[in-house]
This record gives sequence, structure tokens and C-alpha cells, in this order.
Amino acid sequence: MQGYAFDIAHMLAGGLVLVSFMMIYQDRLYALLNTFALQAVLLALAVAWQAYIQSAHHLYASAALALVFKGMIVPWALHRVVQRLGIHREVETVAGVVPTMLAGMGLVALSILLMLQLTQSAESAIAREDLAFALSVILLGMLMMITRRNAVSQVVGFMSLENGLILAAAAAQGMPLVVEISVAFSVLIAMIVIGVFLFRIRERFDSVDLEALDEFRGERR
Amino acid sequence: MELIANLTLQGVQMLVVLALAPGLTGLVRKIKARLMRRRGAPVWQPYRDLARLLKKEVVLAENASWLFRVSPYMVFAATWVAAALVPTFAIGLQFSWTADLIALVALLGSARFFLALAGMDVGTSFGGLGASREMMIGALAEPAMLLMVFTVALVAGSTQLSNVVAFTASGEVGIRISMGMALIALIIVALAENARIPVDNPATHLELTMVHEAMVLEYSGRHLAMIELAAALKLLLYMALIGCVFVPWGIAPASAGFFGLVSGFLLFLVKLAAGGAMLAVFETAIAKMRVFRVPDFLGVALMLGLLGTLLLFVSRSL
Repeated sequence: MQGYAFDIAHMLAGGLVLVSFMMIYQDRLYALLNTFALQAVLLALAVAWQAYIQSAHHLYASAALALVFKGMIVPWALHRVVQRLGIHREVETVAGVVPTMLAGMGLVALSILLMLQLTQSAESAIAREDLAFALSVILLGMLMMITRRNAVSQVVGFMSLENGLILAAAAAQGMPLVVEISVAFSVLIAMIVIGVFLFRIRERFDSVDLEALDEFRGERR
Repeated sequence: MELIANLTLQGVQMLVVLALAPGLTGLVRKIKARLMRRRGAPVWQPYRDLARLLKKEVVLAENASWLFRVSPYMVFAATWVAAALVPTFAIGLQFSWTADLIALVALLGSARFFLALAGMDVGTSFGGLGASREMMIGALAEPAMLLMVFTVALVAGSTQLSNVVAFTASGEVGIRISMGMALIALIIVALAENARIPVDNPATHLELTMVHEAMVLEYSGRHLAMIELAAALKLLLYMALIGCVFVPWGIAPASAGFFGLVSGFLLFLVKLAAGGAMLAVFETAIAKMRVFRVPDFLGVALMLGLLGTLLLFVSRSL
């Protein structure tokens, strides 16, 4: 049973890291949003599996929250935003895809080495491995935020970073349901605020390319 | 006595890959034609083409060197040896100790090297263009292939194909996401290496897009026959490789008797036909990509191989 439980947890968490890479690879906004929805669904599955093997019933609620909020509402809202903004759908990246991928691989290797060292005293193999993967997802989300110029894809990077946090919380058997719900709602609020900001940025600069902001602050050229 | 039987079996394996390879190419062409509502040439057309090419005289360019004349045989020999080393219907054959995955990559790499040299030898622009593109693809496909090999070797604890197959067939693998990643990486590498559609179109001589055909444009007669047969063998090799590592069921173990061997052979034929049909459907369903998109496509394979190895490293160190 132990090996079987570990294999599936490993598969789901590894799948999350893989989907993070897929998000870095996407160069169309709609495809990016769909991939983000896929990651949320995988996250829900991973959390539900954790709930099953830890027999911690409140984690089922977390999984349902992830599925509903991040797998459905947020991607749908972002789809609407992209439609309303009428921006062109290709994402401009700062560096090319291949260097970004290589940087991502470096981050994954770093987080695995770091987490396996740090958690040596922990007894549960599943928790250690999930923590390593969660840190990878978080770092990949950050990488996505700094390598994309488009504001919408930076929002997606932020949300995927949060996915990593939830995975870590589910694996470490720590997060109470109240915290979980409040985090989910604050992400939703953040989403609304960011949406409003997006429209303001577009009104002011006629684009959601954040390089326009640099120019405005006099940091470039 | 036993040695003679084993050697015979190994010989049968070498002849089987040689005999089946053109048929597989013909089958893929036939299915593709049917999917496009054309009638298509019969499945055995590649055999006829080869026979005809072998009878024709060789036309050589004036400035062709000895390298140009030797290369087809080198390419064919390296590819044939590589294809014969992959377990097709049985494992534990006489030469299975040489069937190392890294040796396989090296054999294919040297075949590619000679083909690219021959492409540049005559000095026409097409040859050089094809050779440089082939090298660009190879520079990305080979590391991806090696990383996939490392993933599989870490799971199975051996780079020897016979042991790998014995391990994966035993069902002790469990659910491994790394193996899934390795499978996708291998499929991408196989598409690129065999000049199949998203990377190169094997059926065209349209000058802007071709890679493999551009290199072999100057060849004729028996030289061309050797190269075409080598290309067919390479396709069979990759299908047999995918089949034996990832779908190993039904392959005859070393101790199998006559009936085990026969059923393994029949299952191998079924696997080849299924693989050919899937390849044809895939090729019909998607479009060829621009040459400068190819590094991105192969980068995915490279990344999957690397990620698979990393994930495996996690689950092993716990």
C-alpha cells in the first residue's frame, strides 16, 4: 500500500511540475489559461489524494476549493478579461523559450537538492517529496512572472505560485481549513483587483505590456 | 549445439528486421494515402523500388570522392547493426550483451555523421543545406535521446536493452511518471530522427523544407537503395525500441520454447502494424512546422528527459 500511495502522489506532484513547464512553454494567452486550468485540476487531484492517504477529511474541502476557484472561476474570468481587453494573443517573453526552460530546470534541481537536505529529519517520504515539488512549482511561477512582459501572463504566474503553496500545505499536514478558505478568497479578491488594474493600465498606455510602465517611470531609455 | 541454435536465432532476428523494414514503410505510406482518400501504392511497393534501384547503374558526380561512394554502405551497416540489436520478438539472444542503449545511440550517431559528410561531399548547395539542418536537429535530438536513456536506465538499473525489457515486462515498474515522460521524449526524438512530418516531410522534394531528402539528392542506383533501406530500418528500429521498452508484453523471454518465439513474433507484427497506423494518423492530422520552430519542439523532448531524470532522483533518494 505504501509503495502504491507514494507512486500516485509522486505522479500527481511530478505532473504539477510538468504542467508548470508547459505554462512556460506556451506562447498563446488562451492556451496559457487552459494550461493553468489543467494545473488547478491536477492540484485538486493531488490534494484529494493527500486527503485520502492521510484520511484528513478537511483536505477534501481544499481540493474542492482548488477545483472550483482555480480550475473554473479564475480561468473563466481571465478568458473574459483577455476578450474584453482585445489584446493580441501572443505572449512576448523577455528571453527565448529554451533559455527560460533551462533556467527552470536549474530551479527544479535547486529546490529538490535544497528540500531533500532540509527535510531529512521528516519521517514521511511523501511529505518530503511533495515539499520539494511544491518549492519547484513556486519557483517556476516566479520565473514565469519575471520572464513575461504581458500583465495577464504575470497574473497566471502568480496564481500558479499559489498552487505550489497549497500543495506544500496539503503535504505538510498543517493548514487548517479556515486559513485555506481565507487564502482562496484573498486570491479571488486579488484576482478582481488585478483585473481592475489591467483595465486601468490598458486605458493609460494602450497595452498591457509592462515595459510601458518602465518607460513611464523613466527607468529605461 | 546450443551455441548454434542461439546464433541461428540471432541471425533470424537480423534477417527479420531487414525483411520487415521496407514493408513497414510501405504500410505507413498506404495508410496515409487511404486517410487522404487516395488509393495509394501497394504495401510491397518499397520492395519493388529497392529491387529496381539495385538493378540500375550508379550515376556519380565528377568531383565525388571515395567518401561519397563508401558512405551509403557505412550508413546502411551501422543502421542495420543498431536495428538488429533492439529486441524485437525475443530477449536474451546471443549478442544481447552488446545491445546497450548508449551503443545504440552511438551507432545511429555515426550513421548520421557519414550521411552528413556525404551530403557535403559533392559540393552542391542542397547537400550542404540538408547536412547543416540534419546536424542542427541531431545536436538536439541526441542529448534528448541520451537523457531518455538515462531515465530508463535509472528505473531498470541497467543500460542493456535485454535487462531493461526483462525488468519492464516483469511488472515491477509500478506507476512512474518518469517513464511517461521518457516515452513522450522518445516519440518526439523518433519523429525528428526519422524525418517524419512535424520536422521534415519524407514524401516531398520541395526544396525549402526538406532535410533528409536534400542530403541524399545526389545518390542514385544501388547507393540510393542502401540509403532508402537504412531509412526504413531506422523507422523499424525506433518502433521496435518503443515497443520493447514501453509495451513489452508478449515478448518471448530467454527461456521460451518454439511456441513462445512464434507468439512473440506474431505480437511483434501486431505492434509494428499498430505503431505504423498511429504514425500515419498522427502525420495526417498535423502540419509541418517551420525549420526554426524545430529547436523548440526538440527542446520539449530534452526537457522531458531531464525532468524525468530529476524526478527519478527524488524518488530514489528518499
